[in-house]
Amino acid sequence: MTPAILAEGLRKSYPSGPALDGLDLHVPRGEVHGLLGPNGAGKTTAVKIMTTLLAPDSGVVRVAGHDPVREGGKVRARIGLVGQYAALDEDLTGEQNLVLFGSLSRLSRRAARRRAAELLERFGLADAAGRRAATYSGGMRRRLDLAAALLVAPEVLFVDEPTTGLDPAGRREVWDTVRALADGGTTVLLTTQYLEEADALADHVWLLARGTIAADGTPAALKARIGADRLDLRPRDPADLGRLAALAGPHASGPVETGDGRVSVPVADRALAVPAVAAAVHADGIVLADLAVSAPTLDEVFLRLVGPDAEARVAKEEAR
Amino acid sequence: MSAVTVAAEGPSGVRRVAVDTWTMTWRQLLHWRNRPGLKVFGWLFPVLMMGMFSALLGGALSAGTGGDYLAFVMPGVLTMTVFFGLEGTMGGVAADASKGVTDRLRSLPVGGFAVVGGRAAADLLDSLVSLAVVVAAGLAFGWRPDTSAGSLAIALGLLLLLRLAMLFLGIHLGLKAKTPETVQAVQIAVWPVLFLSSVFVDTSTMPGWLAVVADANPLSATSTALRDLLGAPTQAASWLAGHAMPAAVLGPVLLLALLVPLSIRTWRDAAR
Repeated sequence: MTPAILAEGLRKSYPSGPALDGLDLHVPRGEVHGLLGPNGAGKTTAVKIMTTLLAPDSGVVRVAGHDPVREGGKVRARIGLVGQYAALDEDLTGEQNLVLFGSLSRLSRRAARRRAAELLERFGLADAAGRRAATYSGGMRRRLDLAAALLVAPEVLFVDEPTTGLDPAGRREVWDTVRALADGGTTVLLTTQYLEEADALADHVWLLARGTIAADGTPAALKARIGADRLDLRPRDPADLGRLAALAGPHASGPVETGDGRVSVPVADRALAVPAVAAAVHADGIVLADLAVSAPTLDEVFLRLVGPDAEARVAKEEAR
Repeated sequence: MSAVTVAAEGPSGVRRVAVDTWTMTWRQLLHWRNRPGLKVFGWLFPVLMMGMFSALLGGALSAGTGGDYLAFVMPGVLTMTVFFGLEGTMGGVAADASKGVTDRLRSLPVGGFAVVGGRAAADLLDSLVSLAVVVAAGLAFGWRPDTSAGSLAIALGLLLLLRLAMLFLGIHLGLKAKTPETVQAVQIAVWPVLFLSSVFVDTSTMPGWLAVVADANPLSATSTALRDLLGAPTQAASWLAGHAMPAAVLGPVLLLALLVPLSIRTWRDAAR
């Protein structure tokens, strides 16, 4: 089966400079993939090309088996787009918005009404259905926006930075919705600059930097690429730092770092190492002010994989 | 997959375009229903201007216009009414573009023709209502145009032609504008364009060089042509004012010839 989304060597330049510089990615049907990158990495440009809003300068794109450039109509009939801003007509009610976009998605007026009622119910907007969208909160707008993208059950759903500007409650609502869609079998490509969002939602993450993929993999695999969990120990008396490092040494999977009033120990298996270190510390009589275990965050992955790479590239460009 | 299947390609061609155009028109009409106050104020504003000019300033202005200022100013007010449509079109298009509605429409299987067609139908209807309100108010004020059914039809045709040109100017500017500030700038810029014409005063009362500029204003051509058609007094001094009728057709047609392809290109390149 052809992948739901395929991009090969995708390039697009604006007068201000290149936005996409040879993007390659593929999303198998039924999976949720995250396109992760900082502002200006080219995420929105990639989504605009895939959703027929923008033509690429060169490269191959296929969405749901069709070419967005030459078969725009076929692609548009098979996708849903949730853009960066809730794309709603604020002077229409929630229900009128859905009936409008449903009708334009080739549902009959009656089918559009029925579908609108279903979605309003499902997204907890039934009570607000008759109010103008201008009166909705940020979270409600986002939900209505998502509902609008689901009117005709798209094969592929593009979600461009869905939680930008939302409060934590609104963010959780959106996450739950995307998860429910994925469970229903929809292929989702989600762009985000929030690492925890990609971590929470995506089966597979594509790290985008300066218009090209810097790394990709499952969130767990990407984390594994920069190594182990860390055990941080902070003694009450800084004079104990050296002894603490020596005690933890046998349990470390790599070099122990000391500094900033704490000892940081990389550990291969936290379930074994943490009790062992704790027991040794206790037996020695060192009093701890704090003990913490942390897994590498995608932030660290990002800095490790993208940061130096990006810096190197800047240096190369400047040298030219 | 959920219970709803992907909609088939459905009816195609002309029928599809007609259905989509109606849907886009219906959307605009819903705006009227949802915010009636805004709409009614929009319709009454030209009447306010008419009242101000005929009752407040009419006495002082009537000297140069053969005495009956109301008969002189009504064609100008009708022209102004369609000219103001520019702001409505531009504001709506700019709001859609800035809020992402344009992008959503472009990601749906709906053609650009239906999007523009729906707006055109609703905006022309809006101007027709606005013109009817102005005419009714004028008649109530004692306006008695000296005209015929044929002349009336031509007058209406000229007004709608100008409105159509303003529609595409509004679409082009609205797609280009992107920010509310630009829309405000245009809302201010319409005033000098409006006053630098024969809409409210006869250009023969202006200094010579200014009269040339005012006569070249497309609003002057439509106003003067309407005065001829509705039996209002004019002192057609310049060559342009003497050929108001062809100018009132040619001006908007030239604008349309320029703006229609331009706005189609702006729509296609709307990607930011």
